[in-house]
Amino acid sequence: MHGEATRLPTAPKKRDKVSDPVLILDNVVVAFGALKAVKDISLTVKSGERRAIIGPNGAGKTTLFNAITGVHMPTSGRVTFNGVDVSRKSAHVRTRLGMSRTFQITNLFPTLTVSQNMQLALMGTSSRKFSLLGSAEPTDDDQERIDDALGLSKLRERAGAEVRDLSYGEQRQLEMAMALVSKPKLLLLDEPAAGLSPAERVIVTDIVQSLPRDLTVILIEHDMDLVLKLVDWVTCLNNGEFLAEGSPDSISKDQKVQDVYLGKARDHA
Amino acid sequence: MLVDSFAKNRPAIIAIAIVLLVFGIVPMFGSNYQISIATEILIFALLAMSIDVLAGFAGRTSLGHGAIFGASTYVVVYWTSVVGGSPIVAVALGILAATLVAAVFGMLASRVSGVYFLLLTLALGMIVWGVALRWTSVSGGENGLRGVGRPEWLNDPTVFFYICLGIVLTLSAVIWRLVQSPFGLTLRGIRDSESRMSSLGYGCATHMFIAFTTTGFFAGVAGALYALFNNFVSPSTVQLSQSVEGLLMAILGGIGTLFGAFIGAAAIILLENFVSQYTARWPMVLGFMFIATMIFAPEGVLGAIRRIFRVGKKS
Repeated sequence: MHGEATRLPTAPKKRDKVSDPVLILDNVVVAFGALKAVKDISLTVKSGERRAIIGPNGAGKTTLFNAITGVHMPTSGRVTFNGVDVSRKSAHVRTRLGMSRTFQITNLFPTLTVSQNMQLALMGTSSRKFSLLGSAEPTDDDQERIDDALGLSKLRERAGAEVRDLSYGEQRQLEMAMALVSKPKLLLLDEPAAGLSPAERVIVTDIVQSLPRDLTVILIEHDMDLVLKLVDWVTCLNNGEFLAEGSPDSISKDQKVQDVYLGKARDHA
Repeated sequence: MLVDSFAKNRPAIIAIAIVLLVFGIVPMFGSNYQISIATEILIFALLAMSIDVLAGFAGRTSLGHGAIFGASTYVVVYWTSVVGGSPIVAVALGILAATLVAAVFGMLASRVSGVYFLLLTLALGMIVWGVALRWTSVSGGENGLRGVGRPEWLNDPTVFFYICLGIVLTLSAVIWRLVQSPFGLTLRGIRDSESRMSSLGYGCATHMFIAFTTTGFFAGVAGALYALFNNFVSPSTVQLSQSVEGLLMAILGGIGTLFGAFIGAAAIILLENFVSQYTARWPMVLGFMFIATMIFAPEGVLGAIRRIFRVGKKS
């Protein structure tokens, strides 16, 4: 079903590009001692796809994200990103290859300004980070990219503010802006709307919907309404295992999924 | 453009101008004794600044920089007295040795943070101290090594003072530039969130290694100047209290303010010299001063001044 995706030397036709898998997981297992948090997960995400990963608390969603992004190395199994086997690559190497993520628990640089946060997000994949005596002022080009990403995340007016002075909703928006500014190929959003007010949820939904269509997005989310609006395909996990996969509509009608979310599926594990 | 870069570097320009003014006039009024105290303050301010880059910007408290400083002092004194080489070569070798020691420390310490960083740098510093104490044939053991004195052209305390002033001010401008650079920004990022930094594509250990080695270079310059200043080196130059003193100076002046190092170094060295005339228990006075700082101005003298100014600006 998913053979080795090889990088094509010539630019592929547009149709091919869309169906090219960006991310392939083969039997990924993440174990912490005797506890298997993620058990034998295989999935393929196509280029430009919008994918949601859902499941009750402790289903292994964030652990799976960590295995994809390199925060944890998979105990066994393989992660292939853009045709490159990255299973043993560290997080910063995967970022350089074009992965980008947000964190479920806001993870920013609180004592720095919004602009400085964005600059750090941008410099991570360039060699400017090793400039010991250069000026920290972003180049015009960088400034434009920062402005674009802040504009997309509706944060342009807050560029000069220190991050610890932002509201929680604004911090979530900054998470998105920072993930976007490095122009990733794959964006992983870990509960982008968690803990937000209904009004702030609308902002986040807008942001995700306005993302460029060629960007592949995987998101973890509990809110089924949000998921229905945002994604093409849903994977449901339970107890670290694959439970179901399908279009948002079919998943929301799936009996197994409903059982898990209502807490009746104990016998399944 | 010029106005622009002045605005950006204003704190540094003002601080350097003040230091230049305050210290520059010392030889005009002061005795040779007072000039030598001012020289010592400058040398230790450089050590404190090197510690402040790690503590204030990268959020890593090093207890190994005193040993790096002292390694340079040992090499300079050894080269001039035992080998009988030229002082210029000695200084170059001393700085090189300190940078190498810092690189080795950095390789080991760059992967840890918090209390582990503190303990690891402490342990590495103790190794240097142990070597200095036990390798009697080279280091002179507990008796230390006596130098041959400064060369003729450097012998005058005023000349030596002005040379130290020039070197320390130049390097403080360089360090200021370093912490304001893109690399300096990455250090502040590592202080705030290391996990976020690596998810953004940074190899944090590499950055910490570069930071550690670079600050080791600055500590090495301070150590080499100290060799010429003190003309004597013993295990007490590389012992833990040297690192602690450098750190206290940085804290007293204000962690993360860089130029607070001058205030901290001045306060502690003046105290050491004046209080010790009256009582042998001057470390006790130092302790009380430190406690008072922690309670009333935990951000240090310069940090407190900066806060007052900022409040004034906002209202």
